[in-house]
Amino acid sequence: MIEYTAIIRDTAKRLFKDGKVDVFIGYKKGTVPMMNEPVVISDPEKADILYWDSFCGLNLCNYLTKRKDRIGIIANGCNSRNIVTHITENQIGREQLYIVGIPCTGVIDHRAVLRAVGNKEILDVQEAGDNFTVSGNGFSETFEKSKFLRTNCAVCTHRNPVIFDEMAGSPVKEQEGVEAFEDVKKIEAMDPEKKWGFFTKMVERCLRCYACRNSCPLCYCPTCFVDESRPQWVGKSVDPTDTMTFHIMRAYHCAGRCTDCGACERVCPVGIPMRQFTKKLNKDALEYFSWEPGLNPDVRPPLDVYKPDDYNGFVK
Amino acid sequence: MTNKIFTKDEWTKALKGLSDSYGIFAPVKDGDFHTFKAINGGKTPDFDFQNTRLSAKSLIYPQSERMFEYSLDENAADANILNETPKDYSTRAIVGIRPCDAHGFSIVRPNFDNQEYRDPWWVQHFESTVLVGLGCNQPCSTCFCTSVGGGPFNKDVLDVLIYDLGANFLISGLTEKGEAFLNKAEGGKAADGAVIKEAEAMATEAAKKVRADVPTDKLKDKVINDLFSAPFWQDVAFACLNCGTCTFLCPTCWCFDIQDEVLGKQGDRIRNWDSCMFPLFTLHGSGHNPRDQKFQRVRQRFMHKLKYYVDKYKDGVQCSGCGRCVRYCPVNIDIRQVAELMNNY
Repeated sequence: MIEYTAIIRDTAKRLFKDGKVDVFIGYKKGTVPMMNEPVVISDPEKADILYWDSFCGLNLCNYLTKRKDRIGIIANGCNSRNIVTHITENQIGREQLYIVGIPCTGVIDHRAVLRAVGNKEILDVQEAGDNFTVSGNGFSETFEKSKFLRTNCAVCTHRNPVIFDEMAGSPVKEQEGVEAFEDVKKIEAMDPEKKWGFFTKMVERCLRCYACRNSCPLCYCPTCFVDESRPQWVGKSVDPTDTMTFHIMRAYHCAGRCTDCGACERVCPVGIPMRQFTKKLNKDALEYFSWEPGLNPDVRPPLDVYKPDDYNGFVK
Repeated sequence: MTNKIFTKDEWTKALKGLSDSYGIFAPVKDGDFHTFKAINGGKTPDFDFQNTRLSAKSLIYPQSERMFEYSLDENAADANILNETPKDYSTRAIVGIRPCDAHGFSIVRPNFDNQEYRDPWWVQHFESTVLVGLGCNQPCSTCFCTSVGGGPFNKDVLDVLIYDLGANFLISGLTEKGEAFLNKAEGGKAADGAVIKEAEAMATEAAKKVRADVPTDKLKDKVINDLFSAPFWQDVAFACLNCGTCTFLCPTCWCFDIQDEVLGKQGDRIRNWDSCMFPLFTLHGSGHNPRDQKFQRVRQRFMHKLKYYVDKYKDGVQCSGCGRCVRYCPVNIDIRQVAELMNNY
């Protein structure tokens, strides 16, 4: 996907020149291999720091909340769906945005790459077409990108942006026949005790750094429930009950809103797969309401709308 | 000073023996990374790592520590009296700590142990611990210990230093505490001069691999208010998520929050790590928050480490150059670049 970099730079320059945007939000190349830094530029001269490759795994929609200016932003499939959700939830106006769509072939799981080289330090990464090469002291290995996709990207069926003003390339083929919820089904099949054991083990390393919450564009409450002090809802120590309360409550706040962008897992410093919580809710939203979030700004999400003719009897 | 040679297997065996007299904490492989764990319970230490994901900070300064307990039962003899929670100060050893992380303790110490205040828990945990360092043959590309007064084989606050010679470990006692630890270790044989020379040469080579050019020399001469109102903070902070990864992984971040937790009539007063990245950290009782914007919190972190600490203690920066925040910041904010911005401003 690195070939989009030049297009993004040219597009940003043109948008500034044509006076269409005040700022442009994208990534710049990171100082560490497999890491890139979100950046906002307001000076067209700086457009050449913009960068895109298969390691841009955050969610830039996170940086849009309540902005007042006219913003150019790049968005792949999942990021664009969060932009739609942001518009629906009145966090940004569509008219403020100029969305440069990225047809996405998936983001590489940097942890899987590290595992593949025995967790040795990677000093350089080069992406070329469908492959990428990582090298370090005494090793250099080329991998097929498709075998190293993040687990959310591997089952993604919305790789192309759902909302955009122009595209940085031709749409890519959407994946078909993927089984998105195999892992959820395994957990669903567990008895309650085993399920509790699974989730308890899953979050036991949590440091309560809240990187998962803060990387998520859905989490924009002025004060999160874990930060409330009057009254205080959740304990601040690393007591397992408080940690589990945080994770479960956070996940439930994302019900019917999560686009499975994977930013939460990307940022976790201790590698907790917290999408196991949100994916179950995504599955429920799909099964109960035929709902996938962020596909259309004109449709209200199922959990914030009341219909007298709702086919579910319990709401009547 | 004792210098002994152990084969790696001998050393693992020696640690098992030592665990009769010391609580031994050593790096253990836990999924994708290494973490310090008590090996007395039968876990096998693994010294094949660059650095542990978290520093050993929590062994001296736990993320959550019960300070006091109390009863709210008016019928109890000690109703409403804070009693110190019993703590375990039995002798421990942290084996395999990297020199940068050990140096972190000496950076942190003036905060917990100075002429005005002495934090009894930090100090007692620290003093009951033997620090057995493992020199870095292969520093990470993000390391910059030599820029901030340390080095891959720096001996600061270590009691013992281990040199990894491939098949063997050369183990040097550096302090009385360290000598006592080493003398209790079974096996090994006295190291001869040639081996010691080889190890020292290796240490010199390793130091050359570390980035020594992260500039901090001019920070002490800067005017606080100039740096505080410098124009670059918004740019530095843009990507920041205000998560606690940098502060929690940092061996030199020490800020905490004190909370009371009550169940029925029994209460605990707990000290928890806090983070200047969190808005709640500075929220006043009045509702006012002097750092209610993200860039103010980001600025605070860097100003504290690279200016306030420098001015207050006149002993360098509050950073040991371990590079964890550089590697694990989810949005790649790089303290090396911020140091450069501040130093050259």
